[in-house]
Amino acid sequence: MSIAEIENEIVEEFELFGDDWEGKYEHLIDLGKHMPLIDEQYKTDDRLIRGCQSKVWLHSELKDEKIVFTADSDAIITKGIIALLIRVISGQTAEEIMHTQFVFINKIGLIEHLSVSRSNGLVSMVKQMKLDALAYKQMKSYKL
Amino acid sequence: METITNNSTLNIQNIRQDFPILSKNVNGKPLVYLDSGATAQKPKQVIDAISNYYQTQNANIHRGVHQLSQEITIAYEHARATVQNHLNAALSQEIIFTSGTTESINLVANSFGKIYIKSGDEIIISEMEHHSNILPWQMLCEEKGAVLKVIPINEKGELLIDEYKKLLCNKTKIVAVTHVSNTLGTINPVKEIIALAHEINIPVLIDGAQAVPHIKVDVQDLDADFYCFSGHKLFGPTGVGILYGKEKWLNEMPPYKVGGGTIKTVTFKKTEYAALPLKFEAGTPHIEGGIGLAAAIDYVNEIGLENISAYECELLDYATLKLMAIEGLRIIGTAKEKASVISFIIEEIHPLDVGTILDKQGIAIRTGHHCTQPLMKHYGIPGTIRVSLVFYNTKEEIDVLVNGIQKAIKMLK
Repeated sequence: MSIAEIENEIVEEFELFGDDWEGKYEHLIDLGKHMPLIDEQYKTDDRLIRGCQSKVWLHSELKDEKIVFTADSDAIITKGIIALLIRVISGQTAEEIMHTQFVFINKIGLIEHLSVSRSNGLVSMVKQMKLDALAYKQMKSYKL
Repeated sequence: METITNNSTLNIQNIRQDFPILSKNVNGKPLVYLDSGATAQKPKQVIDAISNYYQTQNANIHRGVHQLSQEITIAYEHARATVQNHLNAALSQEIIFTSGTTESINLVANSFGKIYIKSGDEIIISEMEHHSNILPWQMLCEEKGAVLKVIPINEKGELLIDEYKKLLCNKTKIVAVTHVSNTLGTINPVKEIIALAHEINIPVLIDGAQAVPHIKVDVQDLDADFYCFSGHKLFGPTGVGILYGKEKWLNEMPPYKVGGGTIKTVTFKKTEYAALPLKFEAGTPHIEGGIGLAAAIDYVNEIGLENISAYECELLDYATLKLMAIEGLRIIGTAKEKASVISFIIEEIHPLDVGTILDKQGIAIRTGHHCTQPLMKHYGIPGTIRVSLVFYNTKEEIDVLVNGIQKAIKMLK
């Protein structure tokens, strides 16, 4: 599925809850519980994302020209947020990830606008994912 | 439904009418504002004073010959006198307007530090200080080669006075401690702390940011050398704060920032600085801040700090018992003397998650390390959920909080 298709799927999923914030959060928490967990060996300080009130570890690797992300957090709502981000971009190419705007975030009406969500670390997570993508892209171009 | 008794003489519902923001809805729910420790809400008396200043009084102070300038100069100096009376300072020139507690402490660390601190000297702070009362001293120590000494705390969150006594010595040059802990609510025995330092002629700075909204402060009775607080935590505007300093210290200390208003005469060879308090007030000050702060102090005094303390004590007891009854909840900071601040954690749930779910229910609390990372390290926790209560809060709001926490636990476990 393309990034746009996955984002649409997420938006539709959350639309089912209408104005029921509890339902939305319960779904988010559930997504967090089922997300692709980072391998314990990668839960190191250098993989910690700064700027979050909670701890967030993010790991990425290249598989068949696609970037695969895994993560974890000590806060369950934060975990749900990362699970959504990972669902959108994991398994996509570096180029696609770098240009992703994560339009679903504003549409699901759950998390505040990107620019103000400093406390839940959303901005830092998105930034780190894009930086990882950029690093892989540069690695690839050096090879060429 | 259980009826809630209220022993206070205060009419809280009338008081709440004074605070326009308290009738606001947040996330579709009536706002329950339990974060006054971060910043307090403002009564309309303060909002009106600021609005009135811009509509009828605006001019620069201490400069103009014209009527408006003279009138606002009088009003601003009246605001200073209001602060002076409120703290029971001996002299009005001992009251310096700053931008807040942070700037007040930075002023003393820089100015006092410049002339009195040298290599090998010691500065005493405590383990429960806000970063604002750690970093200026830490930076000063790094610059001068001085040493920062830290008074430890016990598990309840009380300062170990015996340890403090051991730290005091002939190398000590200043002691800087908080009156009330922003994270734990502990009210420190500052009068005793000051007296002990004075036995060996060491001055003491008290960070009063979290104390002034809750308790009556008398700087002469405390015998504090410096006392700092912020306007916005005392129901006044942001961007204004106070440094009280004993005249003898302030006279000896050099200006910390210089510019317009701080001088007597300027030539390119030599400048003679103005007398107190203007020596420390460079540039056009936060005039409406001073006016608004005076209105806030008048407002608090009209209600009466004794009434406020008594009611807040009732709120604190009520909230403490209700919160303790929640399974898995642990209160951090159980000092015998406490202001109406409660920090807690819930087993296996991150504070941030609880804060998020409470926010969705219109309940404003604070989560995190509260700018007291060394204290968090002491307790071995990443952060807490902090509830800070003031006189406009009610027991009904505490019930809403307790229900909100129970809902959060149910969702997050």
